[in-house]
Amino acid sequence: MTDAALARPPARPPVREPTAWDQLKVNRNWLGFWFMLPAMAFLVLFLVYPLGKGLWMSFTDARIGREGRFVGLENFEWLIEDSDFVRALVFTIVFTFVASAVKFAIGLYLALLLNNNLPFKAFIRSVVLIPFIVPTVLSAVAFWWIFDTQFSVITWGLVKMGIIDRGSPINWMGDPFLAQCVVIFANIWRGIPFIAITLLAGLQTVSPSLYEAATLDGATKWQNFRYVTYPLLTPIIAVVMTFSVLFTFTDFQLIWAMTRGGPVNATHLMATLSYQRGILGGNLGEGAAIAISMVPFLLAAIMFSWFGLQRRKWQQGENND
Amino acid sequence: MASVDIRDVRKSFGSTAIIHGVSVPIADGEFVVLVGPSGCGKSTLLRMIAGLENITGGEIAIGDRVVNNVPPKERDIAMVFQNYALYPHMTVAANMGFSLKLRNADQSEIDAKVKRAAEILNLGALLDRFPRQLSGGQRQRVAMGRAIVRDPQVFLFDEPLSNLDAKLRVAMRTEIKELHQRLKTTTVYVTHDQIEAMTMADKIVVMHDGIVEQMGAPLDLYDNPINMFVAGFIGSPAMNFLRGKIDGQSFVLEGGARLPLGNAPAASADTPAIYGIRPEHFLIDNEAGAEAEVVVVEPTGSEIQVVARLDGQEVIAVFRERHDFRPGEKIRLGTDRRVTHLFDAQSGKTLARH
Repeated sequence: MTDAALARPPARPPVREPTAWDQLKVNRNWLGFWFMLPAMAFLVLFLVYPLGKGLWMSFTDARIGREGRFVGLENFEWLIEDSDFVRALVFTIVFTFVASAVKFAIGLYLALLLNNNLPFKAFIRSVVLIPFIVPTVLSAVAFWWIFDTQFSVITWGLVKMGIIDRGSPINWMGDPFLAQCVVIFANIWRGIPFIAITLLAGLQTVSPSLYEAATLDGATKWQNFRYVTYPLLTPIIAVVMTFSVLFTFTDFQLIWAMTRGGPVNATHLMATLSYQRGILGGNLGEGAAIAISMVPFLLAAIMFSWFGLQRRKWQQGENND
Repeated sequence: MASVDIRDVRKSFGSTAIIHGVSVPIADGEFVVLVGPSGCGKSTLLRMIAGLENITGGEIAIGDRVVNNVPPKERDIAMVFQNYALYPHMTVAANMGFSLKLRNADQSEIDAKVKRAAEILNLGALLDRFPRQLSGGQRQRVAMGRAIVRDPQVFLFDEPLSNLDAKLRVAMRTEIKELHQRLKTTTVYVTHDQIEAMTMADKIVVMHDGIVEQMGAPLDLYDNPINMFVAGFIGSPAMNFLRGKIDGQSFVLEGGARLPLGNAPAASADTPAIYGIRPEHFLIDNEAGAEAEVVVVEPTGSEIQVVARLDGQEVIAVFRERHDFRPGEKIRLGTDRRVTHLFDAQSGKTLARH
């Protein structure tokens, strides 16, 4: 309708019928297509092609240096029976769930804290960002030392305080369960700033007069949070938690720098296992299959955000008169 | 319902003093308007009554109880904010019933009170809507509904009409006044708009730079301002101020033109002073009037406003009757000596009013 109204009628009738080429040059729909083409080319080159290639490789028995043969679902059938893969899958889910939940809780708490009027507010806010700024590998190395079996500063502290015996240090990185806790802890430490700062930005969009109104209405601090802050923050929580879950689920650097998946494959995430099998082990097909196995979980997370991000009823119908 | 007593209240933010000792008695059921230019401390004073700001010095009592250290929710007041502060994620009904819900009232009681308030404010059809789906005037009414549902001792309004367009503002003004006549709840209303103050108030408190310049009934302030600030602030268009000196029964402007004057204080003869005359109190006096040159003529339909140069000083005159003035035309302006004001040139205080 608008297009028709905007298009000027031709000054005089065209001498010849417009050719297909003319159409391509001036037709608005085609023009839109031309303008999108560069972006599409980038997407295809860097997104669709690698994804398609990975998907294809997961159905082959490709190895490094050898083009693969199509083997159907054989890779996946093998994986289901592979206890290392199942362990990595379960740990990835536990890792994501625990880390995201704790990151959310602490991140929200920090955001609420930083939203108050504190002395040196700007300084404290930037300090909170530090874990996010430090390169992952650097922080991983730091954690590695903190939890090193022989030189752990924590063990040292506990010995000095007399809580544990010098002769039996805690085997942080050697014990599968402790190692799992350590990598989760490191991931939480790294992930909190992102959540805290994003939620803080969300908190600052809430008009202070709403809190004042609620306070006059008789709300306690907790009720202020429960009935005003939290509902108004849900849209941004949905965004932030989707990203957080995606980042956590696909984490690679931290694990690789700290434990390489050990001890006894206890801390392998799907990403690290995929790398180990596909690149280091040379079984490209199998590595691709592991990576592709992550897709359904990531899709589920995206679906979750899709519904979480839907505009809520109260956000609709802006009317400014 | 209750009276509110503000006794020598002071407020400082850090070392900056905002309010320097303000005392305002407010009777039970009275509609008091705090008016003044931006930054005069009127909103801060209101927020101190609400408990949203600490009181640095002095006392505020609601009823017989000094509330300096009483938390806002126990003061039994309701406030309407300038931006309405409606909870965007709650329906109109939930917005209005929120305070009752926090008090753990029965749902049936909440529904009944919300319904009653909705009837008073004509909001019945909007109860299931969200604030975003409402127009400005409707949001304003919901904000008032939220206050009414509380059935508080005191209503506080913080510039509630300044976000509305001119026409709606006039309509809401009437509505708020009607509401007050109906509910008879003590009301403190803050505005920078002197017309709102004049039309709504039982008592106006004119504030300026953190002090009360004058308080009283609207027409009393209009007729008997105690200084130039109040005289210039109340009334629209504002009062004209002309420099000159007193000479017996008349006032001599700097250029020699004479304007009639009532009984001037005897001692003040020949001292420099300021002559105040409201635009509507000018009249055309072809015999004794001072000569003025018309600069701009602005007809508004019901009256005409004339900007004229009187003895080198610009004045505004308003006439109910129609005159066919042209820019550049000479007219002779006179005044009724009974409605002139005279101010001290230094202090701006009223010397005499006749």
